Parts: sequence; C-alpha cells; structure tokens
Amino acid sequence: MRARLTFSKQGALRYIGHLDLHTLLERAARRAALPLVYSQGFHPTPKIQIAAALPLGFSSRAEMADLWLSEDRDLASLRADLQSALPRDIQILDVQQADDRAPALQTRVIAAEYEAVIPDEFASDLTSRLAALMEAESLPRVRRGKAYDLRPLIESLEAAPAEGSGETRVLLRLAAREGATGRPEEFLSALGIQPESVRVERIRLIFRD
Amino acid sequence: MLTPKQIETKLDRILLKVQKPGRYVGGELNSVLKDWDSVSLRAALVFPDIYDIGVSNVGLKILYDQINQRDDALAERAYAPWTDMEALMRAEGIPLYALESKRPLSGFDLVGFSLPYETLYTNALNLLDLAGIPLRADERSAEHPIVIAGGHSTINPEPMHAFMDAFVIGEGEEVIHDIIEALKEIQRKMKDERSEFFLLSSFDQRMALLLSLAKIPGVYVPRFYQPHYMDDGTIERVETLAEGIANPVVKRIVAKLPPPPTKFIVPNIEVVHNRASVEITRGCTRGCRYCHAGMITRPVRERSVDEIVAAAREAIRSTGFEELALLSLSSSDYTHIMELVTAIGEEFKDEKLTVSLPSLRIESVSIDLVDKLRGRRSSGFTLAPEAATERMRRIINKFIPDEDIINTTREIYRRGWTNIKLYFMIGHPSETLEDVQAIADLCKRVIAEGRKVAGMKVKLHAGVGTFVPKPQTPFQWVSCDTRENILAKQALLKRELRDRNIKLSWTKPEDTLLESFLSRGDRRLAEVIYTAWKNGAKFDAWEEHRHFETWMSALAEHGLGPAFYTHRPRRADEIFAWDHIATAVRKKYLFQDFRRSLEGRIRVDCRLNCYACGILPTFANLRRENPGEVWKCPEVKSPTRAGVRLPAAGEPLAAEN
Repeated sequence: MRARLTFSKQGALRYIGHLDLHTLLERAARRAALPLVYSQGFHPTPKIQIAAALPLGFSSRAEMADLWLSEDRDLASLRADLQSALPRDIQILDVQQADDRAPALQTRVIAAEYEAVIPDEFASDLTSRLAALMEAESLPRVRRGKAYDLRPLIESLEAAPAEGSGETRVLLRLAAREGATGRPEEFLSALGIQPESVRVERIRLIFRD
Repeated sequence: MLTPKQIETKLDRILLKVQKPGRYVGGELNSVLKDWDSVSLRAALVFPDIYDIGVSNVGLKILYDQINQRDDALAERAYAPWTDMEALMRAEGIPLYALESKRPLSGFDLVGFSLPYETLYTNALNLLDLAGIPLRADERSAEHPIVIAGGHSTINPEPMHAFMDAFVIGEGEEVIHDIIEALKEIQRKMKDERSEFFLLSSFDQRMALLLSLAKIPGVYVPRFYQPHYMDDGTIERVETLAEGIANPVVKRIVAKLPPPPTKFIVPNIEVVHNRASVEITRGCTRGCRYCHAGMITRPVRERSVDEIVAAAREAIRSTGFEELALLSLSSSDYTHIMELVTAIGEEFKDEKLTVSLPSLRIESVSIDLVDKLRGRRSSGFTLAPEAATERMRRIINKFIPDEDIINTTREIYRRGWTNIKLYFMIGHPSETLEDVQAIADLCKRVIAEGRKVAGMKVKLHAGVGTFVPKPQTPFQWVSCDTRENILAKQALLKRELRDRNIKLSWTKPEDTLLESFLSRGDRRLAEVIYTAWKNGAKFDAWEEHRHFETWMSALAEHGLGPAFYTHRPRRADEIFAWDHIATAVRKKYLFQDFRRSLEGRIRVDCRLNCYACGILPTFANLRRENPGEVWKCPEVKSPTRAGVRLPAAGEPLAAEN
C-alpha cells in the first residue's frame, strides 16, 4: 500500500534538512516495524517520497510524504505506531491511503503557503513596503551566484496585525514548481528584513490535480 | 546565568548562519530530558569534539544511561561547537549549554569529560572557557561544577592535572555512582546548619568535597599528590598530601559487564558512526606490545551470546539504525564467535541491516564469520597486519606469517570483495628502511595475488600509521621515531606504492610528535597545553587545524623541549610521571615484556597461559565474589608450568623461561 502522511515539523527539527528527514522517516518506519518496500540492488533503499523540501530553519504544519508498504495496514493503527516511533518534534496530522499509480507528490506540487510573523521592530511602514513589493514589475535578486526574478514567484500576499502585539502576520503564497521555487527568506530579504529574526511556518502545500 | 529560554532565543538568531545547525539543537530520539528540579544531582557529559564524532561515543552513552536510570540524578550532553558556531556563540554571549535543556554547563553540579585521546586536551580547555567555568581546578570553588575526566588518555592524567578536579581511572559504570553519592552527601551536609561543613569557607568546602572524592577507589584527585623532580627532569617520587588516599591509585573495573545500553541517541543529521553497537568483549589477551587499549583494559570479560543478541535486537528496535557494530578489541578471540555471528545472522535475516565486526584475525575463518552475518555487505574488508617482516612482528608481538596474509586476502578477493584495507604501522622500535620496504612489497603481492583470482578491479588501501609509544605499555621505555626517519619511511612508501589500485594513507609526522609528547607527558605540560590553547591551538585531531608551531613555541616558552618526552629512551629504573596510577598490569611485567621484545621473543595469547601480568592478584577478590564464565583469564591457583608461579602483589616476579 501507499500511505500518505501529513505531518508537522517543529522545534529542533526545523534545523534538519531534506535528506536527513528522509533518513528520519525511514528509521521511524523501521522502529514502528512497518514493512517498507525497498529498491533492488547492492544498497537497497526504502521507497519514501517527500512532497517538497522545506528550507532549513522553518517550521511546518503541512509536510507530506508517501511511504510504500509491502502489505496493507489499518490507517489508524499505522498512524499510532508511527507516531510513537517519531521524535517529539514531528506530529502526524493525517494518514490516507493513496492510489499506487498516482504520480509522485513532488511532481504535483505547484505552490506553498507560509505564515511569517514579523516582529514590531520592523512594523514601521511595513504595509507600504509590502505594497511596493507587490506593485513592482520585477524583483531582481541573486541567490548562490545566480540572478533571478523573485516577483513572479510571489503568487499572493496578505498582511494583518497580530492581536495583542505589535507583530504582523504575513500570509504568503510562493510558487513551488520545478525550477521555479520561491523562498520565504528571499522574500524577507527583499523586504529589507533579516530572515533570522522572523518566525516562518509552512502552512499548506498546493498541488495540481 | 542565562535561562534556557534566553539561550534558545539567541540560538534562533544564529543557527541559520552556521554549517549543520542540527548539531546544536538536540531533540534526538532517545535523548532524555528530565525535570531539572526533580533531581538533586545534574551531570553534563562532554565529548570535546564536534557532535558528528561525539554523539556515537559508547563510553559516554554508558554513563548517560547509568546516570539517567537514577531517580535522583540527570545527565545531559554537550559537544564542541565547530569554529563557525563558536565564533557566533562568543559574539552573542552564548555560553556552552547542554543540548537537552539548553542550560549553561556552569549550572550543573558535575561536568564529565571523555578524553579517549590526547589531541582533545586543548578542546577541553576551550569548552571550559566557553562554559565560563574557571579553567584551573584551583580557581574553582563550591559554586562551580566539579569537573572530572575519564577515558583511555587519562591513564596518564598528569598533563591535564591542573584543569580537572578529579580523574576516573578505569571503567566508569560503578564509580560514577560512588561519585554521585559522595557529591550528594556533601551537598546535604552543606545545607545542614548542624553539620561541620556548614560554616566552612567556600574554598574549604571544595577541599572537603575533593577529599571525599579522592577516597573513592579508582578516583585520582591530582591536588593531593605532589611529584618531586630530579635534576635531569625525571621524577624522583610522588608524595601524597592527604591522609587516607591511595598511592598508587588502582584502576576500577566491573566484575561483570552490566547490560549494554540499547536506547542509543538517534542523531537527526548525518554523523560519523550512524549505528547501534554492542560491546561483546572488554579487554584483550593478545598482548601486542604497542597497543595501549590491550594493556589498560585487561582483564578480558565477555558477554554471553544470548545477552548480545537480545541487546542487538532491542537496540535496532529502539533506534531503527541501518547498521549494527559488534565491538571488541579482537572479535575473533570472542569465545563463541561462530555461534554469535550465526545467531545474529539468523536474528536479522529478513532485515536490511549492515553488521560490522571489527578487528578480525587474518585467517580464512574471518571471511566465513562475515559471510554468516548476511544482510547488507559492505564492499570493503579490513585487516591489520601492523608489520611486514618477521623481525618486526616478533618485536611488536603480533606474529602473522606472510602466507596467512596472502592466503586470506586472496580468498577475500575471490569471494567478491573488491576493496581490502590493510593497516600497518611504521616507527616501531628498531625499525629500518628494509622493514618498511617489506610493507610495500607485501602490498604489491596482495594485489598481484588478488588480480589472479578476481581480475584488475581489485583495490587495496594501505593505511600506514606511525607508532606512538604509550604509557603503561611495554614500549613506554622506547623513543618515538624521529621526524627525519618518519619522512624517509613515508617517502619510500609513496615511491613504491604507485599502483593506481593501491591507495596509501599516512599520518603527518607533526601529528605523531604532538601525540607522542602529550602521551608520556608530566605535570609540566599542563602549562604548555594552556599556553598552546591560549595561542589558538584547538581541534588538534583535525587536518585543517594544525598548530604544530604553536605547540613548539609553547614548549619553548616554558623551558621545555619535545625531545625530552618523545625521543629520550628511558632508563630501566626511571620513575614515570604516571607510575602512581596503576592499571594492575605491573611495571615489572611490562619491563620484562619490553626486554623480551628486544630479544624478538613473542608471547602468545594469554588465555592459554598466564604470564602473570598482575591482573589476577589485583582483582582476585572481585573475581572470587563474582565467579563465572565471563572472566577469560585462566584460573591460576597453583603453578601451571615449571618455573612460573603467580606472585603476590609487590612480590618480585618469578623467573620465566
């Protein structure tokens, strides 16, 4: 069966990268005694696919992964077994059975939504700076030595003051297609805000049908 | 002192600026986070190298387990931050903190360092400094943690004596509980107004605490011992400065190995040894004369096959690791090795598990052993001939004929392994260029024979280390090879081993010399270590952190030269800086074995014949109270052969033929 997990990634695990998350899921499945399906060959690896790499440092409440098992399991007990084998900073939010022939999750992701909580020290004229960003024709930036335009990667943007504090909650939808992935830290830099002073959480992955 | 919350907030601002931030955040499966206020004693266990190396250290894992099993104590962990992280921590005012609770180390009652090798010394100083704990034991008072160290290098604790309040000599499983009890007792007295301790000054309270530690068997508190030197810089005697403390301090051992730890910390990032392990045997009976571990971890004690298989099963179940290591100094010598690998192979036959079995003897049975383990097989096979001429092999007491090496390696290639790694050492006592040439010749023969059975794809990795004379071994009297000799020998190997299927690796002579003078150093080296650290030496075990000139000028600044420690052959009757620390292998025995080495006389496995090294009388009572099959020294009650009887402790050794 192909089990599709939705899970959160918080706390210490914000600092764990994509490949390490793969290993972590593999070990958790082994601890939970799930019958993983392995690839053939000299160094067999389990068949696990993660929908979209989450940039280091960001938390998420919407990560998704497919796990292939050699026999069917009841979804509720699968969820309970796997949860008890995971570190505390990953919580399983949902388990579904997926169609075995459906295309890989990572080929279907088109965008991701993030929530960024911007501290009050950056609050002054934030609204106008956000507006200027959205009105710009292009936002030329350089990442790892490569020039690109950030503007078309920002699909939508909403900002609202968080209640009871000077913080501003920004809801951001960034493209996440092959070769065209918007990064929240690039968006923050373009706003003139140091990314490390802002808490960012991925809240939804958007897939094409 | 910063609170955990403050430290976390500061960390969030810097962690994305460093390589592998996962090193600094904890949160691993099987890590233990206890309520700080629910216990009366808090220990921080420190491995003074980066997380990637330290997290899989088995010694600290054992202590972590032992302490956290107690209801009245907790143990957390800390490692050395890499230089990028250290710079940011210092800039942001973040002290060294424990990964579990994010509390500063200075808030713990006990800070325990693992010092398995000498090149960690400067890191230990650096971490104390980063923790804001005074570096020198005599600058610390009752409000500071007690700082202790253990591990193989501390069998000569003297170079680090100034920085540690106490050293654990030998095995830690039982003594850690004695230390915790002693600390708790003193803590209780300090709070009790009726106690004589209550009115003591902070300094006197510290002294009282240290004295109570010094009375625990196997604990060495350097401030209660005073060496006196002769004019030539060697030791005249070591004076004891307090009543009721041992001289020599005899190492602690456990009679029966306790159940092995199974709930290994599962790192969330890639580290050096991503695996679970089970120690199958402790100690070694082979008696290789260069081998520090083989001399200081005696006697041999084994775990049963059932206990090992059960522990391996539980460790894999609780970690999900893809690799299991069965640890010992000599796997082939484990009494039931065939039964064990058969049982392990059977237990995990349906799982994709790699099982590693280090230190196999050079014989075809070893290949059968590895084959029995089934599972994912690694592409390499490692063996350690150490030397390549009969003369050298006799000197070091590791006697493996060339034919055994050729036959075994040929069979390994024939059975489908394409990579073989052979470990050798250069710089053994009295070694010549001919002995080194023989290493190159042997490697060439191994690969030529391999090609006959498996074609041109066969590969050989010759790992050629350089011998460092170690304290408490038969070679503690010998001189380390000179830089010029080492360079000439390495040049020969590089010239000879140019085959593109032979990979050669070696140790830089500077690294060998640094390890060499730290290994057999005395108390005067403490100031040298301090000065070297102050001038930037750290991560001395790392290629990219070479500070040889820093070390040389630190020695010079204190009026010392390396040659006194490295290149001076010792007098037969010299009192060594570490003689007041006893491994129970007596100095007389070591000297006799050294003499046999000069005569090229070997001593076979001492499981078969006891050579009276001193272990048996020292631990006779312990063994009598805890009898059983686990002890692998022969039962020696009456003379076993003509001319040999077991002397009592202190009695001169009987002549041996």
